[in-house]
Amino acid sequence: MNFLRHWLRRLVAPIDPVLMLLTGILFTYAFLAIYSASPERAGNQLMNTLVALLVMRVMAQIPPQRLMHMALPIFVGGVILLICVALFGDISKGARRWLNVGFMRIQPSELMKISVPLTLAWYFQKYEAHLRLRDFGIAAVLLMIPTFLIARQPDLGTAILVFAAGFYVIFFAGLPWKIIIGMIVSALAAAPVAWTLLHDYQQHRILTLIDPEKDPLGKGFHIIQSTIAIGSGGFFGKGWGQGTQTQLEFLPERHTDFIFAVLSEELGLLGNLFLLTIYALLIGRGLMIAANAATLFSRLMAGAISMIFFTYAFVNMGMVSGILPVVGVPLPFMSYGGTALVTLSVGIGILMSIHRSRMLLQQ
Amino acid sequence: MKFSKSPVLKDELAPWRARLVLVLLLGCMAALIGRSLYLQAFNNEFLISKGESRYERTLEVPATRGRIMDRNGDVMAISTPVKSVWAIPEDARLQPAETRKLAQLLDMDVRELNRKLAEDKGFVFVKRQIPPELAERVMAMKLPGIHLQNEYRRYYPAGEVPAHVLGFTGVNDAGQEGIELAFNQQLAGQAGSRRVIKDRRGNIVEDVEHIKKPVEGKDVLLSLDAKIQYLAYSSLRKAVTDHRAKAGAAVVLDAKTGEILALANLPTYNPNNRTHLAGGQLRNRVFTDTFEPGSTMKPFTAALALEKGKVRFDTQIQTAPGKLSIGPATISDAHPHGVLTVAQVIQKSSNIGSAKMALSMEAADMWQMFDALGFGTPLKLGFPGEASGRLRPAKTWKPIEQATMSYGHGMSVTLIQLAHAYMVFAREGDLVPLLLTRANGPVSSDKNVFSAQTAREVRAMLEMAVLPGGTAPQAQIPGYRVGGKTGTAHKIEGGVYAKKYIASFVGFAPVSDPRLIVAVMIDEPSAGKYYGGQVAGPVFAQVMAGALRTLGVPHDAPLKPVQLGAEDQQVRESM
Repeated sequence: MNFLRHWLRRLVAPIDPVLMLLTGILFTYAFLAIYSASPERAGNQLMNTLVALLVMRVMAQIPPQRLMHMALPIFVGGVILLICVALFGDISKGARRWLNVGFMRIQPSELMKISVPLTLAWYFQKYEAHLRLRDFGIAAVLLMIPTFLIARQPDLGTAILVFAAGFYVIFFAGLPWKIIIGMIVSALAAAPVAWTLLHDYQQHRILTLIDPEKDPLGKGFHIIQSTIAIGSGGFFGKGWGQGTQTQLEFLPERHTDFIFAVLSEELGLLGNLFLLTIYALLIGRGLMIAANAATLFSRLMAGAISMIFFTYAFVNMGMVSGILPVVGVPLPFMSYGGTALVTLSVGIGILMSIHRSRMLLQQ
Repeated sequence: MKFSKSPVLKDELAPWRARLVLVLLLGCMAALIGRSLYLQAFNNEFLISKGESRYERTLEVPATRGRIMDRNGDVMAISTPVKSVWAIPEDARLQPAETRKLAQLLDMDVRELNRKLAEDKGFVFVKRQIPPELAERVMAMKLPGIHLQNEYRRYYPAGEVPAHVLGFTGVNDAGQEGIELAFNQQLAGQAGSRRVIKDRRGNIVEDVEHIKKPVEGKDVLLSLDAKIQYLAYSSLRKAVTDHRAKAGAAVVLDAKTGEILALANLPTYNPNNRTHLAGGQLRNRVFTDTFEPGSTMKPFTAALALEKGKVRFDTQIQTAPGKLSIGPATISDAHPHGVLTVAQVIQKSSNIGSAKMALSMEAADMWQMFDALGFGTPLKLGFPGEASGRLRPAKTWKPIEQATMSYGHGMSVTLIQLAHAYMVFAREGDLVPLLLTRANGPVSSDKNVFSAQTAREVRAMLEMAVLPGGTAPQAQIPGYRVGGKTGTAHKIEGGVYAKKYIASFVGFAPVSDPRLIVAVMIDEPSAGKYYGGQVAGPVFAQVMAGALRTLGVPHDAPLKPVQLGAEDQQVRESM
């Protein structure tokens, strides 16, 4: 009995109760939403969730210092895999994103969502004592290599997320505001050029955002259906399992990228605000952990992870509710699918580990 | 700025950096909440109605079309539920094996199926009106984008036999010909509607409510007798085949009620399979084709002469020498007959005797009689294309025309008009309107064209015409006394009489109390024989005998073989 209690204590020791509670609520919420949108997938999602919890617990156990040492090898391996994808990757739906390694297919870009901030945080930690402008330049190169490889797969959604993850690290590391302003100005100046570099379908998505009715059966279909779903939910929603857009299959991708529309339709504005609150608490908790982190590496990593969360959530909800163009970004912890879930759980696990190492230091 | 001492070395994040992050977070949060509020609280009614318009549909619930039955309740037309297979080509991405199996099930060409599934439309019919069992097998394949739709298909169990009476319906289930058209309102009923919820693929998910219940179509009980109809059709077909005729028509009337018991036309068509139809097959000749009736009109001339007191049954008329000049024109008989009684004029079918009677009367009286008999006006039974026939006003008649019209030339009639007019002889000189639906017992009429006395006398004359020595001994029937008149007319082509004939026979039986009228018309018999007595007479006899037996009409004559008389004794009628 004593042994069991001891074992249980060791099991939960690295786990931050606040983060655990918030993720637990999200897992439950996600299960309900997926069950409504696509009941036959609910069982699978339960399995995915268990795997995610396991990964989270394992990551929480790994101290930040160990993580830091693994950063560069993981990054180099990831970039090599991305190059392999570009050379030998499987093509599906017009994009080369997957690598067949014999027994399974892997998507190396997913790995980079964690590896890029990890590497940059490691880099800044390494040169913490005498950080120069040149270091920001090197960091930018480290960031742009994977971003570029992913963007030309093409996978704009992941490229944006990877870039954002790295950028947050650079930003928190102290990127001078002059450079920030300079980047904004040059980004605006480069926008017309960038537009011409975008693929046709990417241009279409942005045009569709401006006027979805222009192509209601084609590119505008997703946005029109999802805004109708959200709007017709009203204040209290139509009730769980009662959403007409969802249940009658008008809503596309309803169990994955557009699950926010399912929630909005069935649980209404109240359900939305609840979800936003949970996300806000989760991000807030992450930023608090960042602020209290013991080392630069921990702080940068925790800050970046929190902001990645925010980016995921904002880009997805913005896209589903029609204020951002359609890019393939899942709703964190809500969308069906194991890959994103595992990536995000790795992030939460690292947050827990950072928080714990700080507490251990204080003791 | 020096970077050797980075701001990150401080314990806290630079305040402006933290604030920027906070502003970014709050700003994005506000944008999301604002958008949600806009969609869900302010614009939601518009979006709700837009959502409803996507899934709510008002469906028409078709009413089942009523059945058409013969007088005994035998079904002659019935709507059976069938399914139509349709597809959303965009969704129907089938494996080659699936396409092959589907094509095989639907008895279609694989290429045709592929062509349909490749169409750039949201909806295509793959195959219409297939049996429900087959449709279930198609659905069991669970193919994406392939759907079913309920429809009704009209089925006519008797096929081509009563085709012209019944007509048929179009794809949208509306009557297009015959009874289906004439009684469309009664048969069709009224479609109802209901509100349903459909998913994106068009499947009905939920039946919300009936807005309007459909009013089912009512059955129509026809006057037709399926057995007599079959008899009329098969006898007519045999005659048309034997005499290599172009067409033929026959009609059977109940003299007591005015009911049409049978109505057959050749050529005909199979209403269950109308893929290869020519216009001629569709013609309901009984109603639409007019012809010069010829000698079948003579009894009316005699009846009017009797009625007006110009002649009696046995008044003698000189028809020698077989030719008669009226103004510049000359009319003639086929054989010179010498002196004939009025009855013999009818029996031997003498043109001269008939013309002489006609010329003793006023043109206006003759016109009035023809008009009262229904010639020159359509019957208005509701069939499309009912012809009126040609009957010019009396004022324009020249004496020669008055004479020729007395034996049915210079005017035209339809077979149904002729059969109907003979009702005055089969009844006591009165006419009752024709009925397509079943009547409840005998019908009386106050429309007397002739007196009962006249009708009786003409009946006797018409009985003589089918006895040996008359023009149509072939029309006799064992066990019944029969009366009738032959007609043989040249067809008019391009305004002149051609060497083509229309042979006809109209008669009734039993003479002691006439029950049935049968009229037969054979168009262009071209196998040698063309006289009405030879060509139409036997059809009349077969149909009449069978119909009387079917109806159980009591005999009024001994059952013995009919006597045709010597071949050279038979009188050929004049034309």
